[in-house]
Amino acid sequence: MKDYTPLDKEVIVIVPTGMLGAGIQREHIKNGIAAGAVAIAVDSGSTDSGPYYLARGVSKMNREAIKHDLLVLVSEAYSAGIPILVGTCATSGTDQGVDWARDIAIEVARELGIQPKIACLYSEQNAATLKQKNSDGKILPLAPMGDLSDEVIDSCDHIVALMGPEPYIKAVEAGADIVLGGRTSDAAVLSAIAIMHGAGAGQAWHAAKIAECGGQCTEYMRRGGVLMRVGREAFDIDPLDPENVASPESVSAHMLYETTDPIRLIEPGGILDAFESRYTQITDRITRVTGSKWEPQPYTMKLEGARGGPFQSIMVIGIEDPDVLANLDHFHDQMYSVLTDRISRLFAEETTDFDVSLRIYGWNGTSGRPVPKDTPPPLDVGVMLVITAPTQDLANRMAKSVNPIFFHMPLRPQMELPSYAFPFTPAEVPRGQVFEFVLNHAVQTTDGLELVRTEWTDMKTSDTRETTHA
Amino acid sequence: MPKIKEICRHVRTKNAGPFWVTVDFFFRDADAYHKYVGSEDLGPDLFARMFGADPEKIKRIPVESLNMVKISYVRPKPQAWFGERDMHSGQLFARLLEVGIRESTAEPA
Repeated sequence: MKDYTPLDKEVIVIVPTGMLGAGIQREHIKNGIAAGAVAIAVDSGSTDSGPYYLARGVSKMNREAIKHDLLVLVSEAYSAGIPILVGTCATSGTDQGVDWARDIAIEVARELGIQPKIACLYSEQNAATLKQKNSDGKILPLAPMGDLSDEVIDSCDHIVALMGPEPYIKAVEAGADIVLGGRTSDAAVLSAIAIMHGAGAGQAWHAAKIAECGGQCTEYMRRGGVLMRVGREAFDIDPLDPENVASPESVSAHMLYETTDPIRLIEPGGILDAFESRYTQITDRITRVTGSKWEPQPYTMKLEGARGGPFQSIMVIGIEDPDVLANLDHFHDQMYSVLTDRISRLFAEETTDFDVSLRIYGWNGTSGRPVPKDTPPPLDVGVMLVITAPTQDLANRMAKSVNPIFFHMPLRPQMELPSYAFPFTPAEVPRGQVFEFVLNHAVQTTDGLELVRTEWTDMKTSDTRETTHA
Repeated sequence: MPKIKEICRHVRTKNAGPFWVTVDFFFRDADAYHKYVGSEDLGPDLFARMFGADPEKIKRIPVESLNMVKISYVRPKPQAWFGERDMHSGQLFARLLEVGIRESTAEPA
């Protein structure tokens, strides 16, 4: 094994997991602190799970999971005297999501008997601010979108702007023990402390980009997160678990994940250019990266907005009848046409605005694409009917109206009435509303702070129900 | 004509934000990379045919150091809109595996 020589003037940050609430091992945090970490930084959000979380401002992770992870992080960080930064609280980073996370943090602090200073960073935007920005020509569309209209701004339930590292740096410099951020670039919350302590900007941003999914940049992805060791000219990725390995392959491959451009990444205030980055294994477990560059740009923050759409009701059956299984395409087409006709006729006076989707899982339900000829019949399929309509009540009534067809439609007219296997009663499940992401735009700002508000909760000096405005 | 599953050691699909899907083709080795990365059969038509993508809105980024090419397209409907069958687009790769690919006629870009 090669000996590890740390980078000159390295700044060490613990990235315990890719998602707060996914589970954190206390031992890993202790390892990171023993290695000299000066902060813990973690992401708590993503648009990945869909627009519902932003439109409603609620968390995908349950409260107990967030509290468990915060309890481990806060207790270890507080006794070591290092700050914790959490980006994109409550999945989508709305103002109410930040408040939700703050209440959990206060509960954790009380249980631990400690009095941390908590900074909350808010980046939700109101329609009036954005319309002004839009009329000033300061909102730019990102592909594949076009120009933004006031109507679209007004239609959103919540709009958030992705923060850069600046508000985090300001909060930590002002003495925050815990920083809870609204919507933030994943890499920004992780890079903030390294940038604050003078590490290379290209190194800090690139290290953060690599570490943003925690252990996903390592060989054993489910063995905890990583340490970012960020220097002036290079950075090292060092797994928190002593048995885990960050290899040049695992580290560089992570740059490809969930992005359309793995070489030049647009971030708040600049572009990370990884074109000349080189990945080298320097010990059995640690990979070093050199050559990353940061190009400062006029400051922009990406906007995300979501709104509600129609409503759905679903029904599910299982089928093992070999005769049906041998004729699934015919069965699908016949069922689809009978269902659609019945709803059209029965609801003609109320609405023509509805959608029927019939998916045969076990045959082609996942793709909806034609199945090659001569494909042998499956042994068992699940059929899901999804009805989409302007209100939940309509979707439910439409589902009820086709209940006898969905559960009993014979393959051929002269057959005895079959009963397909339905697992629930009542059979129709009101699934709720469909939501939609509608913005893919960037707003130009004077700096990283213009559209961000900071509020403080100092548990030493104030009743925790009161907050002070910075 | 070899199939994608024969010239690649790994193919994956994933949403890249709510409006794009990105497809990573990891070729078997450097030889396969150079032979196939520029193939017309991996051009915009493939994504129009298999995913209903607009062939005018395709991004293509070859990464020679990893013997891979990343090709991204705009989703016909944004993530989670009604009719959605695969939020993360994580199963879309499967329909590509059996597609046959001819060698590049030009040098890789």
